[in-house]
Amino acid sequence: MTLADLDIGWGWTLAIKTVIVMGLIPAGALVLGYTFLLKMMSHMQSRLGPMDPGGFHGWFQLIGDGIKFMQKEDIIPAGADKRVFKMAPAVVVLSTFLMFVVLPGGPDFVVANLDVGVFYALAVSSLSVIGVLMAGWASSNKYALLGSLRAAAQLIAYELPLVLAVIGVVIQAGTMNLHGIVMQQADGEIFGWGGLGNPFILTQFVGFALFMVAAQAELSQPPFDMPVAESELVAGYMVEYTGFRFLFFFIGEFGTAFVYAGLAATLFLGGWSVPFIDADDDIMNFLGPGVLFVKIMLVAFLMFWARFTYPRLREDQLQALAWKWLIPISLVNILATGALKVAF
Amino acid sequence: MTLGTRPAGFDVDPSLYRHLADAQVNVELDTGDMILNLGPQHPATHGTLRLVVRLDGERVVASDVVIGYMHRGYEKLTEFRTYPQITTLINRIDWLSSFANEVPFIHAAEQLMGVEAPPRALYIRTVLTELSRIATFVLFLGEMGLQVGAITPAFYGFRDREYVLNAIEAATGGRFHPNFNRIGGILTDLPWGWIAETRESMRKILKSCDDFEDLVVANPIFQQRTRSIGIIPAELGAAYGVSGSNLRASGVDWDLRRDGKPYLAYNDLDWKVWTHPDGDSFARYWVRLQETRESARMVLQLLDNLPAGPVMAKVPRIIKVPEGEVWVNTENPLGEMGYYVVSKGATGPFRVKIRTASLSNVSIAPWLLRGVYVPDVITVLASLYFILGDIDK
Repeated sequence: MTLADLDIGWGWTLAIKTVIVMGLIPAGALVLGYTFLLKMMSHMQSRLGPMDPGGFHGWFQLIGDGIKFMQKEDIIPAGADKRVFKMAPAVVVLSTFLMFVVLPGGPDFVVANLDVGVFYALAVSSLSVIGVLMAGWASSNKYALLGSLRAAAQLIAYELPLVLAVIGVVIQAGTMNLHGIVMQQADGEIFGWGGLGNPFILTQFVGFALFMVAAQAELSQPPFDMPVAESELVAGYMVEYTGFRFLFFFIGEFGTAFVYAGLAATLFLGGWSVPFIDADDDIMNFLGPGVLFVKIMLVAFLMFWARFTYPRLREDQLQALAWKWLIPISLVNILATGALKVAF
Repeated sequence: MTLGTRPAGFDVDPSLYRHLADAQVNVELDTGDMILNLGPQHPATHGTLRLVVRLDGERVVASDVVIGYMHRGYEKLTEFRTYPQITTLINRIDWLSSFANEVPFIHAAEQLMGVEAPPRALYIRTVLTELSRIATFVLFLGEMGLQVGAITPAFYGFRDREYVLNAIEAATGGRFHPNFNRIGGILTDLPWGWIAETRESMRKILKSCDDFEDLVVANPIFQQRTRSIGIIPAELGAAYGVSGSNLRASGVDWDLRRDGKPYLAYNDLDWKVWTHPDGDSFARYWVRLQETRESARMVLQLLDNLPAGPVMAKVPRIIKVPEGEVWVNTENPLGEMGYYVVSKGATGPFRVKIRTASLSNVSIAPWLLRGVYVPDVITVLASLYFILGDIDK
């Protein structure tokens, strides 16, 4: 059963889909922020603060932070380009929402089942760099400008290994449709045994590693957080933003982490499918989102673990890593995948 | 002893280092490249240091260090205080290792008066000096991680410093500013149970030094960020007056605790001066890590051999220091610290010259920062490890 079967007209369908996307992204960002930023980081760094507010395990911390951000004065610098300055956070968050559109949570639980889903998701993901550049330029601040230029150089450099890492999956699945990719993994066989399906991480483990590294850079999380670099650029392109606009960047950061984790889970870990249940069954429309959520949390755990462990690279070292290592490795990976695809 | 005591064999011709002379940037007139103002309020300068850098893209063309935002005039203030009052003031010069600041001044006063502290007092002074060294260095070990972008070590650093600060507070009553030294000894004896607790804390410090070794030193990204960045040549470093761990990281085997005029109980101890041949930011981190360990071992040794007896020598109630001049320099956590005290026989000094380590250490920064990238500015400054109070006095 899909929304189209309900016969409620395109207007209502669109409204329902919009509400889902608009609700799920901030919710995902909050879940990641709460689980990893507050709880996991506090345990890893023996922090006491985030364990205190609200009594039980610091449950009130995130809500308190939200209230704090809403109370803050909305400051726009005198020299800023006001319209661009106001629009920039929205553009950054927009790309996150657009990426989420193609992410399937079940056989029919998807906003738009595009034939070129992978291509679309990776294409709109680079929209955020426009927002970052707008923010940096409009702030009329040297730190912001340096940060945004760093961000632009970094996002462009890592877009390439990100796309090349995914190409291996696309070759193996033979489709760019995310629904098709999940079905390929659910119906796949490991040496003729189809009990567990064949998640692409088993064959595309190089691709998975490359995807995770490049996604980390796209999210500008440590060890690739030069654009924000709080110890040198004092938060880079976000330096002039306050209150709710800053919160937008924050939601954008964690929301994008949520979507990238979802993309990695879909491409490499079999998306909404679980072993022993037919992935195309109607029941998966209800179970699938939960399954996908668990996989997203697994992938996000890896992302945030690296974030809290590593120091940051320098800008030139970051470029060298992308162009000298990641891109050649991903090219070799594509070549090997293609050869094996033809051979078997 | 003269003011400029330097290790032998370091006579340098400044003209060999060409940009020594033109290190000053005329920031008001130049408009060619982008001028970035780091500070006086900037997270990397931990205090109010202002750094004006001229950038070509991300590369530093020239830089100028502007100091004096925290000048408190301590040298002048000491002329209007009595000797016991001055220790309160000089506590605040390098606020991370306050106890170590008191030691050379008290020594100077004791030498002028001809008083000698009893051995137990000297041992306790040594323990507390080494504790403040550990407190300063574990903070550095974490702080450096933060400056290269890893937040986790910073929290470990603060956690470990807490063990040491608790010990200092238990013994002296003050966490940051003990003001525990008296001319002729120390205020009181150690509290009951302190020795066992401090032993336990030192074991924790030794263990977390291993953690820092695994988490930071062994990290490939940290090595990439710090190796061969900000190299101080040994001769040039000595010529600039760089001292302490910064100079030892350039391969100079020179430590006033061993090579200076004997003071405190260092000659009774079995310990080692650590050096590193490279002179880069990584070497400075590595040397400080080893020195933290060495200090923890020294404290354990001192606590094992603590002599019995009084902690205060016989001194008159009203302290009047006879006429004379004396120069006392010691190895403080940040480097060589010295006091030149001139007395005219009154209850307070006639003139005090304070030689602080950070001022000389940071004076080499414009030379070091030539041609590095903006992120390296931060690592180089962090690895020099200065305290603003120690620069501006």
